[in-house]
Parts: sequence; structure tokens; C-alpha cells
Amino acid sequence: MTWMSFDELLPVIFMALMGLSMLVYVVSDGYDLGVGMLMHRATAEQKDVMVASIGPFWDANETWLVLGIGILLVAFPKAHGLVLTELYLPVTLMLVGLILRGVAFDFRVKAQAVRKPMWDRAFFAGSLIASVAQGWMLGRYVSGFGTGWNYPVFAGAIALALPMAYVLLGACWLIMKTEGELQQRAVEWARLAWTPMVAGLLLISMATPWISATVRQRWFTLPEMIALSAIPLMTGVALLAVRALLGTRAVRGAICWLPFVLLIVVFVLGFLGLAYSLYPYVVIDRLTIWQAASSPAALKVILAGVCISVPAIAAYTVFSYRVFGGKTGELRYA
Amino acid sequence: MDALLLARMQFAANITFHILFPTITIALGWLLLFFRWRYLRTAEPLGKQAWLNAYRFWTKVFALSFALGVVSGVTMSFQFGTNWPGFMERAGNVAGPLLGYEVLTAFFLEAGFLGIMLFGHGKVSERVHLLATFFVAFGTTLSAFWILALNSWMQTPAGHEIVNGEFHVRSWAEVIFNPSFPYRFVHMLLASALTCAFLLAGLSAWQLLKGAAPNSAPRVLRVGLTVAAALIPLQIFVGDLHGLNTLEHQPQKIAAMEGVWETERGAPLLLFAIPDDAQRTNHFEIGIPKLASFILKHDVDAEIRGLNEFRDAHPPVLPVFWAFRVMVGMGVLMLVSAWAGWFVARRAGWRAEALPRRLLWLLAGMTFSGWVATVAGWYVTEIGRQPFLVFGALRTAEVASQVAAPLIALTLALYVTVYLALMLAYVGVLKYMAEKPEEVLAIDAQEQATTPAGAITAPVVSRSFR
Repeated sequence: MTWMSFDELLPVIFMALMGLSMLVYVVSDGYDLGVGMLMHRATAEQKDVMVASIGPFWDANETWLVLGIGILLVAFPKAHGLVLTELYLPVTLMLVGLILRGVAFDFRVKAQAVRKPMWDRAFFAGSLIASVAQGWMLGRYVSGFGTGWNYPVFAGAIALALPMAYVLLGACWLIMKTEGELQQRAVEWARLAWTPMVAGLLLISMATPWISATVRQRWFTLPEMIALSAIPLMTGVALLAVRALLGTRAVRGAICWLPFVLLIVVFVLGFLGLAYSLYPYVVIDRLTIWQAASSPAALKVILAGVCISVPAIAAYTVFSYRVFGGKTGELRYA
Repeated sequence: MDALLLARMQFAANITFHILFPTITIALGWLLLFFRWRYLRTAEPLGKQAWLNAYRFWTKVFALSFALGVVSGVTMSFQFGTNWPGFMERAGNVAGPLLGYEVLTAFFLEAGFLGIMLFGHGKVSERVHLLATFFVAFGTTLSAFWILALNSWMQTPAGHEIVNGEFHVRSWAEVIFNPSFPYRFVHMLLASALTCAFLLAGLSAWQLLKGAAPNSAPRVLRVGLTVAAALIPLQIFVGDLHGLNTLEHQPQKIAAMEGVWETERGAPLLLFAIPDDAQRTNHFEIGIPKLASFILKHDVDAEIRGLNEFRDAHPPVLPVFWAFRVMVGMGVLMLVSAWAGWFVARRAGWRAEALPRRLLWLLAGMTFSGWVATVAGWYVTEIGRQPFLVFGALRTAEVASQVAAPLIALTLALYVTVYLALMLAYVGVLKYMAEKPEEVLAIDAQEQATTPAGAITAPVVSRSFR
């Protein structure tokens, strides 16, 4: 294999950046949405603490989606049009969900007290709609927007599994960020969500090679298959460790952060598996990253801006998580 | 209705809803900086407190508007692909970097300085906080710069070449500083300032009518009225320059704005007409002879090119014609009320109790007049660009998506429902906040006490840290 020229490398750089943005988005807004979907199970006071635990982060988390879709838009314009036309309705539903969730943050404390339950319901509904829509979109995207009875079933399964994964992530976030009764309840919620999430993941992992010949070939070729087996093995170990931790007392003590971190590992591994299956396609079997990319001249212009701002964004994000580390307190209004 | 028209309506609905909020935040950032500066400069305790209260109250309005701008902006970034997939395919090399810089600017601003501005007062030094407020104002303006550069390029494209149907950039300086950009950018910044000025004056007038915020409301009212009275003549002047620029580069848009179907000398200024796109004529014309020629060419007998010279390449006349009249009419109303209000209030010595209630009602009624004028102005320029997406080079129909019409209609209904509900909620919450400013300030004081620097736009934030 010869080295690519810089012009050929540019689309790869942008694909990596886009993938990274999407991964950060799924993990970070994933716990926000998960917490949102757990809202209806909590008391009024617990709702305030739950919102407070994600309050400082959600806005920045959502901007990773803008960055990811922005890179798709500006670096891979041909794919942007194709993907978003195929996903027309779920994209709309996701956006409506995200709008509801986003404005509920601001409105629930600024509006009259009597309206607060209404905005809390909007918060829950928005989180649920956005999560289900994202799951459906992921399913359609991975399977290359195929037609036939099996493709919608596959997408439907992911549309149910992804919200479950978010709920588990959100519950583990609450275990890490809260104390007392709410933390106890969060452990119970996490246990409830674990089984369907793992079942969903198993089913999807089995169904993916069945639905796509390209993926089948990627996965079941020796000797890559042996090296690749590390991904499912590590995922399995991490998930079992999460389940085991949820059964212990220690999870409410010093290692309350561990289930959340293990779940992030699961998401990262899943992402790597996905990236391996898809590369070098932007849309599987239809469009490679080089076919979809803007001209190298345009990409270089964007790259300059990215090189300045992305490190700044990353640094700020780390700073923000440090400032808001530790447990979320109860809220008091004067 | 066909899919193209539905797709355009959907995009228009979204962009209409979106522009309302940046229109407020672009100028409000600078006005907050002014409140902030007055607070630092005022020595007298009552006045100092009033400016601080004004700053905090309007920061809440800023945060709410910003949040609505963000969620509708996210929608926009998707609708480029869902509605106009061909646009990025064909013009991506030009539009991509401009949009990319806008996203990066907004992202950087959001992540960095808004948190300090909203929650950091008292946590960082006064100077750092003042600086953060400055960067927020600067950032929103910079966002507007990139978006208007792209929009103006679509109106008066320059600095590119077309190879195999795809646009390629020849000169970025020419792309960004294309012929209509300076006029459009200044026109929009002034529109934002005027929208904010009337919002400040209107909401303060409402507070005075309701007996709320007696200390800060007269001061804010004065700022709003003064800015409005000073800028509206300037805006009319800039608008005229913008119009002359359009006449040079997009004569068919001017013909549609003035309802000129056939090229004529000494064209009248139509005050009223119902343009008929099917029969290519106007009904019920009422006009002032030769005035259009005089305004546009400063010569009563000058020739104005009519729509007959641009068959199949001119916009629908009825919406452009009327949107233009709504914008101008609203501008005149704003001029009259701002100047009359300013002189009456000045005679009353700007004292709350001396301000006539009729003036307060007038200003309260004009609270959202800037929105009406801004949206009408955008309709003129955007509908006026049709049937092109990139003027003269790329038609809207060429880049539309293949999504079926009923599906677009369904999502259009969905968006419109959500947007109307949010508009009502936004206006309702503003009214509630205006009437109960002490509650807003109490929540704010609590947040100030419990929040460390670095929080992001969040209404409630954690109290204890370990």
C-alpha cells in the first residue's frame, strides 16, 4: 500500500472528525436523553436534581451534533443530500424532539409554576422522540437504506434498542452524579434497562452481517476476524462488569463512576466496530468518502478553521466537566 | 400544491422562525454590554442598582432567545440536506466553508463566553466578565457576517467559476465581499438594532403600565427610544442604497417590488395594487405618477425595466410586492412612533410618572414591530430571488429533493404547529417575566450564588461540589 497524497487524505481526516463528533454526541447527549426519558419516574424534587445534573452540559453536548452534521454538510455535500433525503421523516421527528427538549430546559423555570409539569412532560416526550428517531436513523444508515421487509424490521429493532442504551447510560450518569434516594432509584432503573439493552445489542450484532453482504465479508475474513474478535469480547466483559457492579453496595460509594465509564467504553467499541464495517463508505455500498467529498481546495479552507476551534472546544469541554465534577446538590430557590 | 412549493414553504417557515431570535440576540448582546458599562460607570447607588437589574433581566431574555435560536438553527443545518440536497452538491465548495465558519464561530462562542456571561458574574473579575459580554456580542455579529456573506453571494454571486455544473471558488475575497454584501450586512445589523430597540422600549413601557420594575424600566425605555429614534433614519437611508444596489444587480426583483409589468418611462409609485401573476397585470392600482422612477433613478422620466424583459426568470409578484409594502409601512410607523415618543418622553423629563399612558400603550403595541419589518424584508429579498437559488446561475427547482409532496406537507404541518406553540410560549414568558421582574431577579441571584464560572446555558445548576 502506498501512502495517500495530502489531497486524498483530506476526506479521511474529515471522516475521522465527523465520526469523532458523532461519537461524542451519542455518548454525551445519550446520557442527557436517557435522563430525560427517566423523568416521568421521578418525584418533582428529583426532577429538579436530574435536570440540574445535566443542565451545565446539554447545550454543548448538542452542539457536537451540529458540528458532526455540519462536517457532513460542508465536507461531504453529496452524502449530506442523499442521507438526509432518505431519512426525511425521522430527521424531522428527531428535530422536533430536540426542540421540545431544548426549550423545556429554559421554559420550565422561567414560565409560571403551574406550567412546570407541562414543560416536564415536554422534556420527557422530546427526549423519547429524539432517541427513537436516532435509533431508526442509525438502523437505516447502517443497512444502506435498503428496501425489503427485513430492513425496516432491523431499523425498528435499533429504534427500540438505542433508547434503552441511552436510558442505561442516563441511569449510570445519575448513579455517578447524585446521592441518597435518587441514587438508589437510579441503580434500580439501570438494572431494569440492562437486560433489554444487552438483548438488543446481541440481536443487532447478529442481524447486521445478515442484512449486509459487505459487512459479512468484513467481519468473517481470516485472519482479520481473529484480531477483530477483541471488540465483541471486550464489549461483553464491560457489559457483564456493569451488571455485576449494579448488584453491589460499592456502586453507591467510591466507585459510583465505574458503570458510566464502562458504558462509554461499550459505546466506543461499538463505534469502532461500525467504523471498521463501513470504511471507506459514507453510505455503504453507494458512496465512498472520496466520491462524496468537496474539492480539496474547499476542504483546506475548512480545515484551517477546524484546527483553531476544535482544540479550543475540547479544552473547554474538559474544563467544564472538571468545574462541574462531583455530586449534584438539591436546588433551592430564594 | 407541488412538492417544490411545499419544500419552499417548509424552509421559509423554519427560517422565518429562526431569524426572529438571532435578530434579537445580535443587537441585544451589544446593548447588554452597554448596560454592563453603565452599571460600572454609575456611582449613585439607586442608578447603579437599576442598571444591574436591567442587565440581569435582559440577560434572561438573551438566554431564552439564544436557546430558541440554537434549536431552530440545528433544524436549519438539517433542512439544507432534506429540502435542497442539490444545493450542497452543486455549490458546496462555496457554501460549505462559509457555513462551516459560522458553525465554528457559534460553537466557540457558545462553549466559551456565554456561560461566563450568564452565570459568571461575581465569580470572575468585573473586567473578565465585561470582556466575556463583549465576546458574546462580537460572536453573534460574526455569525451574522458569515451567514449574510453566503446569502448575499446567493443573491449576487461573484468570485467563482462553474466547472461541470459545480461551483468552484476563484477568489474568496470576491465571494465574501460580493456586490450586495456590504449593503445587506449593514441593513440586517440595523434591523437587529431596531428590533431590539423597540423590544426594550415596548417591554419597559408594559412594565411601567403594570407598575413593575419602577427603577430600571424608565432607563431601559430611554435607551430603547433613543436607539430607535437615532437609527431609523439611518436604516431608511441604507435601505435606499440597498434598493439601488438591487436595481443594478437584480432588476427583476425591483420590478416585482414595484409591480412594473412592462418596461416604462416615468413609472408611478404604486401605493396599492393587487398584482395578478396569471394575467401579468395589476388590479385596483393607486399610484403616485413618476415617483418610482424618481426614487430609483433620481429622474422623473427615467426608464424602469419591467417584468416583460425577464420572462420565466422573475419572482412571483404578489408576495414580493406586498412584503415590500409591509416592510416600508412598518418602517414609517417605527419612524413616527420613535420620534414622537422620544420628544414626548424628553419633555416629560424621562420620569416614569410623567410619561403619558397613551405613549406607553403605543410603545407596548410596537414591541414586536421589528420582527414584522425584518421578516417582511427577508421575504422581499428571498422570494425576490426566485426562481433562482443562486441568482442567475442555479434554479431552485434543479436542487429540490425527490421527497413526495404529502410527506413534505405532513412535516410542514408538524413544524408550523411546534413553531406557533413556541412563539406563543416565548411571548407569554416574556410578558410574565416583564410583569414579575423581581422573581426573575430572585432566581438569577440564586443562580449567581450557586454557580461557578464556566457553566453553559442552563437555567438550574448544581449547588455543592466535592
